[in-house]
Amino acid sequence: MTGKLSAGILASGVFGALAWAVIRLPTPAPGLTDQAFGALDASGVTNPVTAVLLNYRSTDTLLELGVLLLAVVSIWALGRSTGAGFGRPPGPLFAGLLRVLLPLLVLFGGYLLWIGAFAPGGAFQGGALVGGAIVLAVLGGLSPSRFAGRPALLRVGLTAGLVVFASIGLAVMLAGGWFLDYPDGFAKTLILVIEAAATLSIGLTLGCLFIGGEPTADDRSEPSS
Amino acid sequence: MSAAVIFDALLALLILVLAWRAVTDPLRFRAVVSFVALGLVLAVTWFRLSAPDLALAEAAVGSGLTGALLLAALRRWDERDVDGGESSERGEP
Repeated sequence: MTGKLSAGILASGVFGALAWAVIRLPTPAPGLTDQAFGALDASGVTNPVTAVLLNYRSTDTLLELGVLLLAVVSIWALGRSTGAGFGRPPGPLFAGLLRVLLPLLVLFGGYLLWIGAFAPGGAFQGGALVGGAIVLAVLGGLSPSRFAGRPALLRVGLTAGLVVFASIGLAVMLAGGWFLDYPDGFAKTLILVIEAAATLSIGLTLGCLFIGGEPTADDRSEPSS
Repeated sequence: MSAAVIFDALLALLILVLAWRAVTDPLRFRAVVSFVALGLVLAVTWFRLSAPDLALAEAAVGSGLTGALLLAALRRWDERDVDGGESSERGEP
């Protein structure tokens, strides 16, 4: 009981300190807001969030894609997923719902990817919708081995975001710039290409996280890997 | 103006209540449901703070996918309990 009490006092203290710090934050907030908006014309997109994620601080986003890939690699290292899937679909209506919902989810994922250039949206939100579509499909009876299909293809999809992102970064270096320093006039195209690959990878990654364990095409007969 | 203030105050209160229930509810399933609801309320809060990008990400990832992951974990946990507390090495070749 004393442990709970001291934990409560500690939590209240931390909460109070944080609240005090937040309340005392200066207004208007100092930061890079002006620079971020000032350089928007050169960034290739008009949504400041996307400009930060894919242009000003693109290295951070590149590394985030690496973190997602690492998560899948770590989970796959823990074991394989059973070929049985997640059991019976909840009911006959669910399959009918999925038939309508899955194409819509993928379509809306693509829409969020496209609209991210000038409005809230982007690769992560679009990818999350694709991942949600995979989750629903698995719940509806899609077995992990069917999902894996051709494992090599799945791996290409999982790594596509990181590979495309890094390749473009290196390619602009060959062209004479810094790493991920998009040449003038190409920023929008390059960002869209990177985000498209990232959407695919993020969607597959999130789906794989839900499946848990490496899905294999034929789970008993494969020798290794 | 005051309606907005009341709405924001309700949001803040709801966040605290849902977070509390997500941590303390003795029934795990109800705790997960509280967590998912917390994610949705947080998404609305981000929207109120004029951060729609974060709101989208929170609703999709924080609430939707994390909720699905938690529910899947819960289901495996229950299966393990049914098996008599002994987990079979799932899918090990």
